[in-house]
Amino acid sequence: MTAVSSRRQLDYIAAQAADARVNLEIETEGMTLNIGPQHPATHGTLRIVAKLDGEQVIAAEPVMGYMHRGYEKLSEVRTYPQVTTLVNRIDWLGSFANEVPFILAAEQLMEVEAPPRAQWIRTVLFEMSRIANILLFLGDMAVQVGAVTPVFFAFRDREHILNQIEAATGGRFHPNFDRIGGLKDDLPKGWTVETKQVMKKMRSFCDEIENLVMGNEIFQARTRGIGVVPADVGLSYGLSGANIRGSGVDWDVRRDGTTGTGGLVHNEVDWRVWTHPDGDSFSRFWVRLQEVRESTKMVDQLLDGLPSGSIMAKVPRIIKVPEGEAYVETENPLGVMGYYVVSKGGLVPFRVKIRSASFNNMSITPWLLTGVYVPDIITILGSLYFILGDIDR
Amino acid sequence: MSTALLAELAYWQQTGIRVGAGLASVLLIAGALVYLHLFKAVSFMQSRLGPMEAGPYGSLQLLAEVGKHLQKEDIFPRKADRFVFGAAPFVVLASTFLLVVVVPAGPDLWFVDSELGIYLGMAVSSVSVLGILMAGWGSANKYSLLGGLRATGQLIAYELPLILAVIGVVIQAGTMNMADIVYAQANGEIFGLGILGNPYILTQGVAFIIFLIAMQAELAQAPFDMPVAESELVTGYMTEYSGMRFLLFFIGEFATAAVFAALASVLFLGGWYVPGIDPDAAVMNVLGPLVMLVKIIALTFLIFWTRFTMPRFREDQLQRLAWKFLIPIALANIVVTGVLKVVF
Repeated sequence: MTAVSSRRQLDYIAAQAADARVNLEIETEGMTLNIGPQHPATHGTLRIVAKLDGEQVIAAEPVMGYMHRGYEKLSEVRTYPQVTTLVNRIDWLGSFANEVPFILAAEQLMEVEAPPRAQWIRTVLFEMSRIANILLFLGDMAVQVGAVTPVFFAFRDREHILNQIEAATGGRFHPNFDRIGGLKDDLPKGWTVETKQVMKKMRSFCDEIENLVMGNEIFQARTRGIGVVPADVGLSYGLSGANIRGSGVDWDVRRDGTTGTGGLVHNEVDWRVWTHPDGDSFSRFWVRLQEVRESTKMVDQLLDGLPSGSIMAKVPRIIKVPEGEAYVETENPLGVMGYYVVSKGGLVPFRVKIRSASFNNMSITPWLLTGVYVPDIITILGSLYFILGDIDR
Repeated sequence: MSTALLAELAYWQQTGIRVGAGLASVLLIAGALVYLHLFKAVSFMQSRLGPMEAGPYGSLQLLAEVGKHLQKEDIFPRKADRFVFGAAPFVVLASTFLLVVVVPAGPDLWFVDSELGIYLGMAVSSVSVLGILMAGWGSANKYSLLGGLRATGQLIAYELPLILAVIGVVIQAGTMNMADIVYAQANGEIFGLGILGNPYILTQGVAFIIFLIAMQAELAQAPFDMPVAESELVTGYMTEYSGMRFLLFFIGEFATAAVFAALASVLFLGGWYVPGIDPDAAVMNVLGPLVMLVKIIALTFLIFWTRFTMPRFREDQLQRLAWKFLIPIALANIVVTGVLKVVF
């Protein structure tokens, strides 16, 4: 069944069901199903309260906040370099990408700019954390629809990319490598050659997933036409990233960004933004798969054109950020992530507001889950691709 | 066991041997399948090693698992219907043991030599639905209830293609006796060629494929594992079970897979018969079980290979597959088989 997309249609179905009940003289009663906070499909502690009529969802509401760690407030008592340690833990699968927008905002306030080499390496790591993140999605989506094996392949191949991130930054999951005005270190010797080989492996993994998962008839039957998000509805709920590109909206902050993309050099290389017109679960999966391919191409090109020079601009040893405010957003693996940083001039930010992608992406669930069947809840949640840390911060 | 072998023993001795052989044939084979397929074959497919520590090459892992489950607390949910909840795993397992009764493993190796063998087998295999429904209802858990209801709908829907596929074989063999079906395959010939005999996989290929698909669904293995769908219903009707009772469900799952594979090998692959050896020879009482074991392992490998490769159907999709595709094809197969039986 395709998702019921309009409220009026849904009311009609409900009325029909009510009539049927009266005619049969059997009183059926709705059931409230608590999906989560502890549930295998929510990979974390998301809770979805679903009102069911049989297996059909009448109403669904996400309950967030079980993993709230108060990073915005904690940032107010951390110096600027210390904040990156916190924000690393927001989207824990693509950690480096979380540091970048905050560092860019701080750089904007301090009016320093990282040297070209630092910007290029930053972009390389940014794209690599995207690959590491989305690889797991590609495997996990198959688990959500019931195929267990692809996720093992995803974990196996993600290992290569984590090894490269570790070789460059010293941290597999939480690199904490970005600095105001540049990077902590230069790349180790021979890293570029190895990384290019890894990128080749990533492309072959994409082909593997395309054959194994995307070409499967059952997978297509489970995802095509399920959880359709029309472009205007998606935009009004603030979806971003592959979720909105899956609905045919050609918008990518890496290319179209207006605020502070100065620290990243995506515009220097040749790549394209993929969109898919359908807006269903399958198209979101498809767009993410293409994104990984584009990212590997980007990394290859960036490594070829890596400029020489220093990796750190002239920055005072004790970082004091002048008074002012800055908002920087970047296209993170999960969608648009923005940091609004207010400084009163001092060692610590006065206020940090984090716009994380998953929180907005989840907000569409009450609209999207109404009228679908219970198994489709899981498919839709899987295809929206949230990470709990990114929802609750 | 044939009456000839047991005639001089007392009744209680006969019963003891039958029960012992039944337990051994179900539990040992189920254990072997868990180790071979679930622990090892699947691990290699998923680029990992599987258990390696317990025993040489991890071969004692299953004993460790059983020991672990026996030590665990047997938890009853507070609002559970205690009797129904407690009895459900035994009902499921009873169905498996009743099913193994009809399967012959050699000319003299059988529990019941019934003229209605396969009919009896199909009848008792439905008992497991009752156990699963009991588990789903008795757990007082919404996930379990959904899983139990899904399982019931699915098992009833796929019982039909399963039985219809068997009818093709029964028409061709002209008997419902399981041993006679094996003899019919051993003595049969295709277009006058009798070297291979006539394993019905050759002439009843369509029925064999339908039987395999319906078997996969009866066992609730992916792509038909909606009842236990672990990514949405946690583990469906098994959600609230722990310790010993969970173990019973687990054994039941694999033992039923083994018994259904044994049924399929008798019906379609010639049972204990191998070309070149007279199926009635005394030596087949020793060789027969081994031949059967090889066929069972091959068929269950197919089951688990599919299980760990395919995503799962949604409930309405799998009902559609059963009612709109499998049942019409199975009916057509019966018609064609009947016509050909009359013509030749």
